[in-house]
Amino acid sequence: MASKYKLDCEILNTTKIIDGIYKFKIKAPEIAKIAKAGQFLEIQVSSTGETFLRRPISIYNIDGEAVEFIFQVKGKGTEILSHKKVGDTINVLGPLGNGTFTVKEYKKVAIIGGGIGTYPLYELAKELKGKAETTMYMGFRNKGLVTLEKEFEEVTSRVAITTDDGSYKEKGFAINVLKEDCKTEKPDIIFACGPLPMLKAVQEFANSENIPCEMSLEERMGCGIGACVGCNVRIVTENSDEVKYNYVCKDGPVFNSKKVMI
Amino acid sequence: MNTEIDFCGIKMKNPVTVASGTFGYGRGHSEFIDLSKLGAIITKGTSLNPKTGNKPPRICETDSGMMNCIGLENPGVDYFINEDLPWLKQFNTPIIVNCFGGAEGTIDAYVEICRVLNTLPIDGVEINLSCPNVKAGCLAFGTTYEGVKEITTACRKVLTNKPLIVKLTPNVTDITLPAKGAEDAGADGISLINTLTAMKIDIEKRKPILSINTGGLSGPAIKPVAVRMVYQASHAVKIPVMGLGGIMNGDDVIEFMLAGAKCISMGSANLVDPESSIKAIAGVEDYLRKHNIDDINSIIGAVEMN
Repeated sequence: MASKYKLDCEILNTTKIIDGIYKFKIKAPEIAKIAKAGQFLEIQVSSTGETFLRRPISIYNIDGEAVEFIFQVKGKGTEILSHKKVGDTINVLGPLGNGTFTVKEYKKVAIIGGGIGTYPLYELAKELKGKAETTMYMGFRNKGLVTLEKEFEEVTSRVAITTDDGSYKEKGFAINVLKEDCKTEKPDIIFACGPLPMLKAVQEFANSENIPCEMSLEERMGCGIGACVGCNVRIVTENSDEVKYNYVCKDGPVFNSKKVMI
Repeated sequence: MNTEIDFCGIKMKNPVTVASGTFGYGRGHSEFIDLSKLGAIITKGTSLNPKTGNKPPRICETDSGMMNCIGLENPGVDYFINEDLPWLKQFNTPIIVNCFGGAEGTIDAYVEICRVLNTLPIDGVEINLSCPNVKAGCLAFGTTYEGVKEITTACRKVLTNKPLIVKLTPNVTDITLPAKGAEDAGADGISLINTLTAMKIDIEKRKPILSINTGGLSGPAIKPVAVRMVYQASHAVKIPVMGLGGIMNGDDVIEFMLAGAKCISMGSANLVDPESSIKAIAGVEDYLRKHNIDDINSIIGAVEMN
């Protein structure tokens, strides 16, 4: 069985979650059958040359023969993608990435996401349901940007939300709540995805507390299949002067927090 | 209908090869296409010792193309010999190894890698004198007649067993000069063009997007420049020319061959669509069929100038 596919996928559903953030459901049976939590898709947003490279977007949810992904309009490519309609077809490579979240039985799990970085964690949270007691820590800039609270509540034991400005739930950063909780009981593992400052803080905390941690990273990508080696991330080496790289598309996007330097 | 090409003694099923640095050593693409269908595989630029490339970001999109500053990262020739070469040999496709002089970039370093490649079960060697993204060597030799001739002569001496192809940079005033330098030094063929040195600035941060500020521009944006240079170079030298620069499909392949390329390489297209090389081969066959052309060799250099 192939491990990656290139498919023309029909868009089954489009939802505007909030301004500038869209959820698309596409029909992709081959991908849905084998995709793992943490993997991503390379989506061709234009076949007429308006954009050149594909756009790497994480899988949000696997639903039968369909796959869902959520994206924020950030530039020309995602803008074009946001105008696609139900019934349109998009060309997709997937599922991509060999570094995925480790789904197995745990006693206690912490999942932490920031902003649009919460979306790649949903499939993981869903697959961990019944396998672990999970707390989802979600940080957003303000109330208007809080998304998918209900969805995560349905698949996790508890959802803790923070906003930077305190306009919704607790004021501050999600990691502060996680740190506070860890004073009582440490989780078996932390899963993280979000903006770089958040990931750095999570990595520092997890490593210093010796809590296993898996982080989903992003980088500008060329091919998504390990050919162009464009999406490099520096990895930890025994000799700290030695510079060695792994690749987000091939070795990630999920990395052990002790193995990468971000 | 014949689509076979003899390029520098390398027998290719068709004129479509995959350009160095856009195909790795073939493993990623092998999950999408049958590598045996390609005219040839040109490996990622390989040096004697492993080489670390540049910091991220190394890639960005541009209008009708992209830029990269990978920096010739590669695992070194020993890794290639032990891991990738045996794997690549399972495919019935010529293997051309692209090489360069490592972090040193000296003539001696080019000679050393060529000496190793000369002993391997491969079909040809392409020396890269044209990477815009590494400080040492490469471009320093590649922009003049004398520079290309000097380094090609040195490589030719040790490359006694294999066809030698010299990959040229477009970052010159007159492409015919380095082309002649390669020919006069005894190269079997030349390939052009490598990427054009370029820059993209993030206007919010007021900083270049790529980590080393500049990078190599590729994709359809550079295709007309490449076609012009392939035409000029192929009329300046007698050795065959491999054309590349923004080729996306079969029509582009035909255009380069009409301009004078004996075979072509697809580069950035491999990143956008891993099947693009296979589709281009089908596109070439469609063109030949449509125009009742029995032998693809008859279109090489067949453009009629106004």
